[in-house]
Amino acid sequence: MRVAFFLGLILSLAALIAALVSLVWTPYDVTALSIADKLKPPSPAHWLGTDHFGRDIASMLMAGARTSIAVALVAVGIGVGLGVPLGLLAAANRGGLVDEVVMRGNDLIFAFPSLVIAILITAVFGPSATNAIIAIGIFNIPVFARVTRGGALSLWTLDFIRAAEVAGKGRTRISAEHILPNILNLLIVQGTIQFSLGILAEAGLSYVGLGAQPPTPSWGRMLAEAQTMVTLAPHVAIFPGLAIVLTVLGLNLLGDGLRDHLDPRLRRAG
Amino acid sequence: MTRYLFRRLISLALSLVVASLVIFAVIEVVPGDPASYMLGLNAKPETVAALKDQLGLNAPAPVRYLNWITGMVQGDFGLSYTYKTPVSQLVIQRLAVSLPLALYALALAVLVAFPAGLMAAARRGKVADAAVMGATQVGIALPNFWFAMLLVLAFALHWQIFPAGGFPGWDQGLWPGLRALTLPAIALALPQAAILARVLRSALIETLGQDYIRTARAKGLTGGQTLLRHGLRNALIPVLTIMGMQFSFLLAGAIIIENVFYLPGLGRLIFQAITQRDLIVVESVVMILVFAVILVTFLVDLAYAAIDPRLRKRA
Repeated sequence: MRVAFFLGLILSLAALIAALVSLVWTPYDVTALSIADKLKPPSPAHWLGTDHFGRDIASMLMAGARTSIAVALVAVGIGVGLGVPLGLLAAANRGGLVDEVVMRGNDLIFAFPSLVIAILITAVFGPSATNAIIAIGIFNIPVFARVTRGGALSLWTLDFIRAAEVAGKGRTRISAEHILPNILNLLIVQGTIQFSLGILAEAGLSYVGLGAQPPTPSWGRMLAEAQTMVTLAPHVAIFPGLAIVLTVLGLNLLGDGLRDHLDPRLRRAG
Repeated sequence: MTRYLFRRLISLALSLVVASLVIFAVIEVVPGDPASYMLGLNAKPETVAALKDQLGLNAPAPVRYLNWITGMVQGDFGLSYTYKTPVSQLVIQRLAVSLPLALYALALAVLVAFPAGLMAAARRGKVADAAVMGATQVGIALPNFWFAMLLVLAFALHWQIFPAGGFPGWDQGLWPGLRALTLPAIALALPQAAILARVLRSALIETLGQDYIRTARAKGLTGGQTLLRHGLRNALIPVLTIMGMQFSFLLAGAIIIENVFYLPGLGRLIFQAITQRDLIVVESVVMILVFAVILVTFLVDLAYAAIDPRLRKRA
């Protein structure tokens, strides 16, 4: 299990570092076209080869990591920012009208086909990375609301919360000062999972042309462009896909490892 | 049981009403009006106005909402702006591809996930378990459209066993249709199988820790018998939940895969309708999909009650 956790940590860090380094340096300029060098297989000059415009694939993958991570991170931020307060509110008013409304609203969002709504949103407001973030972020809200409420509900029955109530603290203050810190581990684990799902979703949206627009590099769009020349130059299709798989795999392993580590029940059982 | 059923039906109806309001409201704010879209850029304003009148687009929003809802209840989903055919007909045509594809993918997923999950749970902590869990991690991380590309590369272009895309139609016979759906179904099934195997494994492990499992073992059943007769049945509830969700996902979420393989399914219908501003199609098809999701959830809830008598009594 520890091996899996460290593998996850290394893969996630690799993606993060690639994204950060791409801000200041990439082996080649990702916007520089060089038709003479098009569709070159991997070589010492271009480690992962070049695409149909002669752009360096390794450089594009680094810059694409930036887009993927930025989109997924902000989408998780939307989920946490709106979902967690809603979940806390529902738990603080458990069994009440607010709780009912929040939970039924959650069920409703879950009933919508997420991809269709994402496509609808991007169709309404135009395809862009920002709208992809909104489309992915909306579906993170009920996920975090549910996890927060579930974790908070079990805490509200405990003695130390009773004690805080007796001491005269209001529900909001208790939620912020005592509930939230104690469900932080749940949120971190869920955050990693949603982050990896966000990367997959961004890739999917970009692949159908509804995510980041050119010239912003994006793994999903690289795959879409590669599709037509997959027989000529398989490497153009293989490396962006591998980048997605390894990043998502890394985040999932990291999330699993964190959960095992943060949940003492699992540690004892395992 | 009747009270339980009644309460569930009420909440089902309520969700449908709210969902329809949300969908209608979203469609309201979509820019670009279908009439000018249909007539093109050079259309005279009078013509556009006349067409809008004919399509009933000039009525106030509440009236249009009621028209839409009463139509749907009577099985009239409206007329597609671009295809000029009833939406219900379009949906039925497309379902002939999407429904078999979803069922095919789900069947493949179950076929892989159940043996894998059972094996992992039975050999918990052993090499087989680690291998299954490792494989499922990779399966979950695979973007299905990329996996689809690799499948096409291998089985359609290199070995030419399956077609790379398109759909011949069921009138060409069962086999050509199934052949065309095989690669898309595999691409859709793999990530679902990975999720299903993991859920089944953890549900089984949880169940196997129960006292009645020890009783079953104590009365002389073998490990395999206990696993299948007592473990699997009790572990089925979370597995059914996930399968219900997966089925609705497969029905609507195949948009990207349908695009990869040029399949004339429900997903492509919505995708094209959105880009062509064929709003009545978007509206009605999304509503049908939401209805399907809510209905599947409802049926899964009923299935729980059938599997677990305790749930019947509690409600």
